[in-house]
Amino acid sequence: MFGRGSTLRLLKNVVQESPADQTEAILLTEDSSLTRFTRSAIHQHVAERNRAVILRVILGKKIAVVTTHMGQPSSLRKSLRKAISLAQVQPPNDEFISLPKPKSISDIKTYFENINLLTPNRKVKMIKHLLRRIDEKKCKASGAFSNGIVEMAVVNSLGIEAYQKFSDLSLHLIVENEKSSGYAGFVGRDPDQLDVDSLAQEAMGKISKEEPAQIEPGEYEVILESYAVSELLSFLGYLGFHALAVQEGRSFFSNRFGEKMVDEKVTIYDDGFDPQGLEVPFDFEGIPKKKVTFFDQGVAKEVTYDSFTAGREGRESTGHGLIAPNTAGPIPINLFMEKGGSSLKEMIQSIRKGIYVTRFHYTNVVEPMKAVITGMTRDGTFLIEGGEIRRPVKNLRFTESILKALSQVSAISKERKVCSEGTVYSRRFVTGTVAPAIKVDGFHFSGVSSL
Amino acid sequence: MKDLIQNILDLAKLKRLEYADIRIIRRQNEEIEVKNGKVEALIHDEDFGFGIRVLFHGAWGFACSSKVTKREMETVFGKALKIAKASSKAKGEKVYFSSSSPVIDRYKTLVSMDPFETKSETKLHLLLKADEIIRRNKKVKISEAFMGSYKTEKTFASTEGSYIEQEIVECGAGIAATAIEGSEVQVRSYPNSFRGNFATQGYEWIEKLAIETQAERIAEEASQLLYAKPCPSKITTLILDNSQLALQIHESIGHPIELDRILGTEASYAGTSFLKPEMVGHFKYASELVNVFADATYPGGLGTFGYDDEGTKAHRVPIISQGVLVNLLTSRETAHRLGKESNGTMRADGWNRIPLIRMTNINLEPGDWTLEQMIADTEEGLFLKTNRSWSIDDKRINFQFGTEIGWEIKNGKLGEMVKNPTYTGITPTFWNSCDAIANRDDWQMWGTPNCGKGEPGQVAHVGHGAAPARFRNVQVGVMKE
Repeated sequence: MFGRGSTLRLLKNVVQESPADQTEAILLTEDSSLTRFTRSAIHQHVAERNRAVILRVILGKKIAVVTTHMGQPSSLRKSLRKAISLAQVQPPNDEFISLPKPKSISDIKTYFENINLLTPNRKVKMIKHLLRRIDEKKCKASGAFSNGIVEMAVVNSLGIEAYQKFSDLSLHLIVENEKSSGYAGFVGRDPDQLDVDSLAQEAMGKISKEEPAQIEPGEYEVILESYAVSELLSFLGYLGFHALAVQEGRSFFSNRFGEKMVDEKVTIYDDGFDPQGLEVPFDFEGIPKKKVTFFDQGVAKEVTYDSFTAGREGRESTGHGLIAPNTAGPIPINLFMEKGGSSLKEMIQSIRKGIYVTRFHYTNVVEPMKAVITGMTRDGTFLIEGGEIRRPVKNLRFTESILKALSQVSAISKERKVCSEGTVYSRRFVTGTVAPAIKVDGFHFSGVSSL
Repeated sequence: MKDLIQNILDLAKLKRLEYADIRIIRRQNEEIEVKNGKVEALIHDEDFGFGIRVLFHGAWGFACSSKVTKREMETVFGKALKIAKASSKAKGEKVYFSSSSPVIDRYKTLVSMDPFETKSETKLHLLLKADEIIRRNKKVKISEAFMGSYKTEKTFASTEGSYIEQEIVECGAGIAATAIEGSEVQVRSYPNSFRGNFATQGYEWIEKLAIETQAERIAEEASQLLYAKPCPSKITTLILDNSQLALQIHESIGHPIELDRILGTEASYAGTSFLKPEMVGHFKYASELVNVFADATYPGGLGTFGYDDEGTKAHRVPIISQGVLVNLLTSRETAHRLGKESNGTMRADGWNRIPLIRMTNINLEPGDWTLEQMIADTEEGLFLKTNRSWSIDDKRINFQFGTEIGWEIKNGKLGEMVKNPTYTGITPTFWNSCDAIANRDDWQMWGTPNCGKGEPGQVAHVGHGAAPARFRNVQVGVMKE
């Protein structure tokens, strides 16, 4: 790890040396470990120390980005020269206004020292304990336990100097017997919050000795657990909750602000400072995160901006810039859905015949403007009859509009969970979505998984 | 560099490890993205680091770093060993790792024009030109053009005495037109969706794609799709073009045949497979017309290389012969489950990832038909082209795909265009319903540069050769209107 002083010095030196009109330098470091287990034995255990410096240079309105993993001053100078040469050959982007100017960032705690106690031996002991609990029930477990320390720093030539150190850990667990499987997951910043016994209990609670029944596809009342709901929210974030999608006319929000689009019980927002989630105080442009409410009691309200999309509309960034050049748009990464007043038990009891879904698998967009996605259920799908969970069912394929589903929400749980799939491909930056369980009065299943 | 590597291998021998290997990798990526006449992204990424894998008391340890110095390598070696020691206390079966004769060799992708030597101005000019042609169509609201060039230089060395140097060059390009009207959004792309088509070739590949020549056509098709009728919902005959079939092969043959997945090592993330090792040799995966090879030697394929990341030479092996499953993708750790030797599919996404079993080029052999004959021979059905969405369950049984465009087939002729086409099926049922495959004239290699697997996540570049093929009794039109 570099530490605040060394990191900011390194980046300031690069920015000061740059002959460009504007320059931004980001440093990301990672010291992480991941342990995987399957069939109740560890089969993979890896550790990584990595760093990346991302330089964005602007010549007039010509922009180029160079990334290097070599942190020596000579390498950084070489990367700077490369960035300048790439910027010189391209036409100007007239829509670019400026890199952002500094803003005050609140000090929050995102690093817990005890992350360092998670040595390889300690993690193996914790996993062995977990596996013993599951073996006792004659089940097998697979999963992954990951922990890491990440530093993120942003410096630009307009005076931004932002630095934050993060700790994170995640453990996801699939427990199975010959008939069925169950899932539980944890993600957080403080290792003291991880309770492997309760995770094991949660996943084992989904195990059944009964053969899963095959039910006919069709429209059902459903209970979607937090894991499933968080996936729906992430898709909304990607498809439509950000300014780029709206500006390009491909967001479901386009021309619909102020309109009631989903049930009034539904409020969804992004908040990097809410301690119930995985806090991130500023974005990859060094701008503090503003709370942005997408659906306020069902009404389409606002979207996230980075400096580029904000510049187009003459407004300020909401602090949702991702790593440059971010062609996907300022996608929100600290999503929350407001909790409701029901208990999960009450929600189940209110269903005459329906499906209980723990999580989804391999979801993908079918029709973006209607937010129609498809995917499978996985690790805990049950038939609800007469207000009780009756039996496991074979995994089902759904093809459904998320907006339609949210317009038919009839109950929301008072408990919420932080959910995360862990790391994103190639770079460690763990994000979390805080989601309740929801009851949806009509949800379309289009197929069943069966040979 | 050799001294640094030898130092680690000497340390491994001193510690009496069962096995150790080291990979030092330098990777350069250049990506250019043009959108609506503006350069959205011009990125150069240079990555350099090493990873050390050790086998101790039948358990693996792996550690890596982006700081390539003698001291850091020794520290990282110590960390990998510490991890292996800890993991050996909770391992299942002891890792069986087949021995291998030492290999000392070099491999280099044959290119005529190194894409990193081609001027950025030339690349930008091509992309901006194609983008400008797309934008001439007033229904198109988003025009995009993309180009990517990738160069990987890697050195692999093991305690068995192997020392292999490889330089792999890849590139590709593509264009996309998005037409928007009201709440209707339709996309057409060329040569394939999600950024184009990629190959282990030089800049000559990008010139051959001639993206600018197809810009007007895709813009026109995207705008026509705005007014096309929805895909009907029914069970019918389906003809897939070769690019969509490439992804169908990828998801419903390529992934299920990965032996590590079958053995459960991906259970916690990507899932497992409906296949079992004992099904090899007799499972009727597909109709008798279907022959599939895993071919890491196919010239220019995106999954083509000299050696995999545990020093096994690139192989060409049959996977499905006349519809019967005859082999799986294997590694030195897993192949003995089939009583075989590794067929060389272990690849890592860079120095900071461990090798996993990955697809190479999973190719469907061509048949005897022409596409025209196939359509003429179809009384009623759909012809679908270019992938738009994909999804498959965690055992690779139930899949659903969407394509950018489709046409009805009526009485042996292409009829009306349909929008938002989707189809769904069960893997072996679908492949057993294949009753026609087009010949080599319509056969093409497709590069898939975004194959995800593993934790921490890894992205592999893989290839698929395919010709259009026909399938009977397929559920199309999954969407509810």
